[in-house]
Amino acid sequence: MSPTNIFAPVSTPAESIFGLSVFVFSTMAGIFVVVFALLAYAVVKFRSQGSHGTEPAQIYGSTQVELAWTVIPVLIVVALFLAAARVIGSVQNQPRPQNAIEVVVTGHQYWWEYRYPRFNIVTANELHVPVSNPAHPTPTFLTLLSADTDHSFWVPRLGGKTDLIPNHPNQMWIDPHETGVFLGQCAQYCGTQHAKMLLRVYVQPREEFDRWVREQQQLAQTPESAGKRVFESTACVNCHSISGTPAKGRFGPDLTHLMSRDTIAAGAASNTPDTLSLWIRNPDAIKPGSKMPAMGLSDQDASTVAAYLETLR
Amino acid sequence: MSANTIAISEVPVHPLSLRLHEWVTTVDHKRLGVLYIVYALVFLALGGIEATIMRVQLIRPHNAFISPQVFNRMFTMHGTTMIFFVAMPMVFGFANYLVPLMIGARDMAFPRLNAFSFWMTALGGLLLYFSFFGGDGLYGAGSAPDVGWFAYAPLTAKTFSVGHSTDFWTLSLLSSGIGSIGTAINIIATILCMRCPGMTLGKMPLLVWLNLVMAGLVILAVSPLSAAQLMLVADRYLGGHFFDTQAGGSAVIWMHFFWIFGHPEVYVLVLPAFAFASEIIPVFSRKAIFGYPAMVLATIAIGFIGMSVWAHHMFTVGMSAGANAFFVLSTMAIAVPTGIKIFNWLATMWGGKIRFATPMLFCVAFLFQFLIAGLTGVTLAVAPLDWQLSNSYYVVAHFHYVIVGGILFCIFAAFYYWFPKFSGEMYNEALGKLHFWLFVIGFHLTFDFMHVPGILGMPRRIYTYEPGRGWDMWNLIVTIGVVFQAAGILVFAANLVWSYFCGKRAGNDPWDAWTLEWSTNSPPPEYNYAKVPIVRSRRPLWDLKHPEDPDWRYE
Repeated sequence: MSPTNIFAPVSTPAESIFGLSVFVFSTMAGIFVVVFALLAYAVVKFRSQGSHGTEPAQIYGSTQVELAWTVIPVLIVVALFLAAARVIGSVQNQPRPQNAIEVVVTGHQYWWEYRYPRFNIVTANELHVPVSNPAHPTPTFLTLLSADTDHSFWVPRLGGKTDLIPNHPNQMWIDPHETGVFLGQCAQYCGTQHAKMLLRVYVQPREEFDRWVREQQQLAQTPESAGKRVFESTACVNCHSISGTPAKGRFGPDLTHLMSRDTIAAGAASNTPDTLSLWIRNPDAIKPGSKMPAMGLSDQDASTVAAYLETLR
Repeated sequence: MSANTIAISEVPVHPLSLRLHEWVTTVDHKRLGVLYIVYALVFLALGGIEATIMRVQLIRPHNAFISPQVFNRMFTMHGTTMIFFVAMPMVFGFANYLVPLMIGARDMAFPRLNAFSFWMTALGGLLLYFSFFGGDGLYGAGSAPDVGWFAYAPLTAKTFSVGHSTDFWTLSLLSSGIGSIGTAINIIATILCMRCPGMTLGKMPLLVWLNLVMAGLVILAVSPLSAAQLMLVADRYLGGHFFDTQAGGSAVIWMHFFWIFGHPEVYVLVLPAFAFASEIIPVFSRKAIFGYPAMVLATIAIGFIGMSVWAHHMFTVGMSAGANAFFVLSTMAIAVPTGIKIFNWLATMWGGKIRFATPMLFCVAFLFQFLIAGLTGVTLAVAPLDWQLSNSYYVVAHFHYVIVGGILFCIFAAFYYWFPKFSGEMYNEALGKLHFWLFVIGFHLTFDFMHVPGILGMPRRIYTYEPGRGWDMWNLIVTIGVVFQAAGILVFAANLVWSYFCGKRAGNDPWDAWTLEWSTNSPPPEYNYAKVPIVRSRRPLWDLKHPEDPDWRYE
């Protein structure tokens, strides 16, 4: 079972698309069977028997027949259009309820930044949202921005994709009915590492989500350490933020609660001490062409920085 | 007819250097047609190699056959090559060769413009491939373009595309665009002004009608593309801010410019494919085309509606619900005239005596495959479904179904059908059938199964993918199909070369066909017709062969 199957929807937009797709695909299958059968019949039935004899009767056309195969497709098109228009309206014109979770998603080459303006949280790559009970929906509304090139937010089981385009803010919403981790990835070519700009959406029970929010709101607990000194005295701070410290860069992901995430490098590797250390030493080994430079730290400095990052819970 | 005939032995044979000089300086529509076609075949091989490299990389997850940088160049070059330097020149080549012959003219209306247009197109292809060597520019960044064949802004801005690879891409399309517009003007002028006595618009072969509408679409579609390329050059070098989002430009404007070209372009390519089918199916069914007026009207309708569907490539960019609904309707509407065409071809075969020579085999496969391509096209026209499937492998499978399963199959049919006319030699039927079956198997292995990973969430243009997504097996099958397609192409090439040098003489009219080109020599003399023909119906050779029952009594 694929974790990214569009036919296994768990959120209203994906479900209404799925319902529509059943209608569309079965209509197409019906047309296919009829026309395929006619073509196959003609090919088998009217094949030339033996050598060239007399010419068959020449028929130049028939207005009635032409009308029939014009009018019937027109009717099918009208039915499909009405069905499509209904779903377009229901997904695009959905009003935003008061209790909706708001997230500002910013696409970067090749990672995702999430800001929850109401909670004052910044995180990266792993989106957390509460599960939405259909009786009392708590949908999540995403505002989609881009810091550089075009990207597209696509988690197939939660909804269709919407592009993140610089200077062109977009909106989409999801209301997952099941808890769990839902996968997806960038769906608009955005540069060298488009392939490893992966998406993970964590759908949590409300209490768990609220606890996650409170944890993310904490400042980093960072006692002085050798790794911290190396981090803050090198170019790391130009791109990365760690709240409560001098690190205020915004070009790369916020690292305040790095260890609360399962993956690094936008899902390209799991978040383990080994991969973290490798990522600091040689990002190209995990994600060639990513914007994270190899910092040229000595092995010892790299290890102490990794040890420091592992304290960011 | 014998008045038109000249013995081949009278054609003088010159030394090689002189013959090459003749080809380079020629303004003869047939030679330019052959140049276009041979040129397209060379690029077909290049584009095919690029596709093969990508499929090897995608054969399994986390494969490391090529780097992401190389993969991104491969899909950019593959798309650009196949559309602009294979499909377009192929279409123009056949139009150049066939249109004057079929309307009883001695050449195109503007022979020198014709040569100029070909060489501009040729320059474009050379510029594109020179980027592999020259694209580094001063910055040591990249070689061939890696921005994708639709080159969305702002990835093409100086900030994100350093070096000159994007410039080679831009100039290459600008150059070939000038060639395309020149040829389109030429085709329109030729059809409107050069028809032989008796050939009213309503008596033109369908191939000519379809190429007339195609040429009109080229002018309407390629002009905005060329304008956008100039704007991109202005952005990159002259401080323009059309698409440079970091200076307040609009990425969405580029999308509109590109797709107002890009979607009519599909019809630019598919109408000539329809044109081949509309000539070949009647001859091999031994019946007149069913519903000629409906076919002409459907073609014109496709031309008009085709200009108003472009934003169905943009359902995910955040257009309003009203705009999305409009483009759903216009896109679906085009299925109606296209359906009319399929039904008319079906009705043409109905009650006929179908001979399954290689050209007809390719046309019959085209009918089945284009049916499927059209139906998946309707599923993508449904905007909400497109929100899921856009930019996924489902889309890649769909448009390859159109371009390979539809257009390329018809082009192969045209090759086999007119090869005897172009060369004077008959192709090898056994090799032709082998090519057909290899290609059918390879095509279906590759492009049938390619729909599935798209439905399972696999986006296009990724150089590798994660295991555990349920995509592995489908990608393996898709890659296996490439082997059969490549084998088919090799058989095709061998057949052309072998038949050209060692084939049997074909004679003037090997198919017992009905349009004018079959009344002159194979290959036709430089002036096409010693005596300008006079026609009274859509099938002048039928009238000659059946004086007791001519078409003009019924039309």
